[in-house]
Amino acid sequence: MSPIVELKDVRKSFGNLEILKGVSFEVNRGEVAAIIGQSGSGKSTALRCMDRLETIQGGSMVICGHRLEDAKIDLKALRRDVGIVFQSYNLFPHLTVAENVMLAPRLVKAVSRAEARTVAEAVIAKVGLHEKLEAYPEQLSGGQQQRVAIARSLAMEPKLMLFDEVTSALDPQLTGEVLKVMEQLATEGMTMILVTHEMGFARKVADRVIYMRDGKVHEAGSSDILRTPSTPELAEFISEASEH
Amino acid sequence: MNSAFIISLLQGLLGTVILSILTFIFGGILGFLIALARISPVAVISRGTGVYIEILQGMPLLVLMGLCFYGPGIFGYDSLSPLQAATFALTLYSSAYLGEIWRGCLQSVAKPQWEAAECLGIGRWHRMRHVILPQALRIATPPTVGFMVQIIKNTSIASLVVGYAELSYNAKIINNSTFQPFLYFGIAALMYFAVCYPLSVQSRVLERKLNVANR
Amino acid sequence: MTYEFDFGAVLGYWPLLLQGTLTTLRLTLFSTVFGILIGAFCALVKTGGPQWARTIVGLYVEFIRNTPLLIQSYFLIFGIASMGLRLPILVGATIALTVNIGAYTTEIVRAGIESIHRGQLEAAECLGLSKVQTYLHIIIRPALERVYPALASQYVLLMLASSILSSVGVEELFGMSNRIQSDTFRNFEVFVVLGILYLILAVVVRAGFSLLGLALFPRRRKLGTSL
Repeated sequence: MSPIVELKDVRKSFGNLEILKGVSFEVNRGEVAAIIGQSGSGKSTALRCMDRLETIQGGSMVICGHRLEDAKIDLKALRRDVGIVFQSYNLFPHLTVAENVMLAPRLVKAVSRAEARTVAEAVIAKVGLHEKLEAYPEQLSGGQQQRVAIARSLAMEPKLMLFDEVTSALDPQLTGEVLKVMEQLATEGMTMILVTHEMGFARKVADRVIYMRDGKVHEAGSSDILRTPSTPELAEFISEASEH
Repeated sequence: MNSAFIISLLQGLLGTVILSILTFIFGGILGFLIALARISPVAVISRGTGVYIEILQGMPLLVLMGLCFYGPGIFGYDSLSPLQAATFALTLYSSAYLGEIWRGCLQSVAKPQWEAAECLGIGRWHRMRHVILPQALRIATPPTVGFMVQIIKNTSIASLVVGYAELSYNAKIINNSTFQPFLYFGIAALMYFAVCYPLSVQSRVLERKLNVANR
Repeated sequence: MTYEFDFGAVLGYWPLLLQGTLTTLRLTLFSTVFGILIGAFCALVKTGGPQWARTIVGLYVEFIRNTPLLIQSYFLIFGIASMGLRLPILVGATIALTVNIGAYTTEIVRAGIESIHRGQLEAAECLGLSKVQTYLHIIIRPALERVYPALASQYVLLMLASSILSSVGVEELFGMSNRIQSDTFRNFEVFVVLGILYLILAVVVRAGFSLLGLALFPRRRKLGTSL
């Protein structure tokens, strides 16, 4: 199996502050990888680099065949292959749920309105919100908005989905409905990388767990490392996380 | 460029400043009463002033100038001088806008504070004087300074119907004899700018300070 | 009091008043359309343009907002004429009003653009939208929707202020009154009639803007609230 995501010694600084100090890992097609770690460990920055919201300054990164350190990278092609969902949903407030989902296929892939509508209805049904097609974001709960955001990414038929702490802004009862959608995607074989605080979810769904600490991968492996960590730092992190 | 013309423009500027100050004083007093009447618990008064504001904000200042200039004579009073008529019209006009601005300020303080004052058993006037006004004043200062710019710009219209000799009027007269519109209207514009811009900046600075203080 | 009002003499000139009203509406319409275009463009420059362009737009906005429309009109219309350019007076008037309202529109739209959350631009970027697509669909549309009420009141003020153009010889509604006054000597009645006509116009223009708002912004139509 060939890796769809490959990071080698990736470095990134903001000013004098070095956030990524040589990060390396791989994710294969169809795998679910969970990146965990304290805030400030660089996990969100690493994820943002994968969609080139941040440019890396050292090392190499290949995402779905695109070389991210290449200055002449075809960003449009990269973003067609990669979908990303943010903590703050970032739905477009002036558009309905259906329009939010249809916008990118229509503008970027130039598909017809009818075709975009068909795709939108399918992905919105998939996240369980078919009765909310004509609602506006402000009429939805946070969990519903986040599901629409997932549907909006899915409509572009990405090969890889990135999730940046997508449940952190949600109440526990709303978190469940979002995680359920993500779990379903995982079962369908979508390649996913998620930055998350949900240890239980990572344990259940992730094929690969990457524990980041101080800008580096401190420990990585199958989800078994959450049960039997080999470094004391990960053990401590897990016990702290389970207290909350 | 002729120095006599520049002196004439400066005299015009003085006329502009005088009319602006008179308007601000009278318009401010009337506007304050309008703001109070607007939040009056007596429906007739608050609605009546609402209509007053609607009417004044729904017609051009030029029309108001005409009504103020020709009106008094018709109703049997002495006709007004250009300065009096212009001050009259600008006072009415400004009172409507200032009244609305200040009403907003009073009400934005009023809600929670009003109830607090009520609980303390303070009478209506006392509560206004000691609780509401000092706070409303702070909020009201930036938009009020901003509105002074509007007043100064509006005085230019006094040259048209009532023929009050202020900056625009003198600039127009000079242009009629020199035919150098870019030069003299340009200088007149710069003079307006020199008076208005510092006020605009001050209004923004005050507003930023207020926002910081409220954070 | 011995004065006898004679509104009949003034109202007898209704064809002139009607013609003036139509001119006022036409002036307002054209300067609104051009003003929005200028405002949207300058607001874009001011929020995302190169520094030199921001400076130019900043100077334009500050200069217009701190000088009276009357002087701006004199400067532009008499100035253009002094260069030997013979423009139809309505064109000159439209230019003066557009230059003026463009500056106010820039400031209002800029505030709208700055209220757009950064995350939405990021989402648009990640969905693969181009810069132009992002500007049109994710920035300017919701920005205009958000500041629409402020824009509408600014354009009602513009309609009222267009009366000032009578002083450079435009025969809009107020300009027509000069003719009626010199024919009838019924100055006060003329101003009363003008006042009422402008009040009606203000109501009509305001209603026009809210209808347009409902047509332009489906969200507003459906939820009935501002964005």
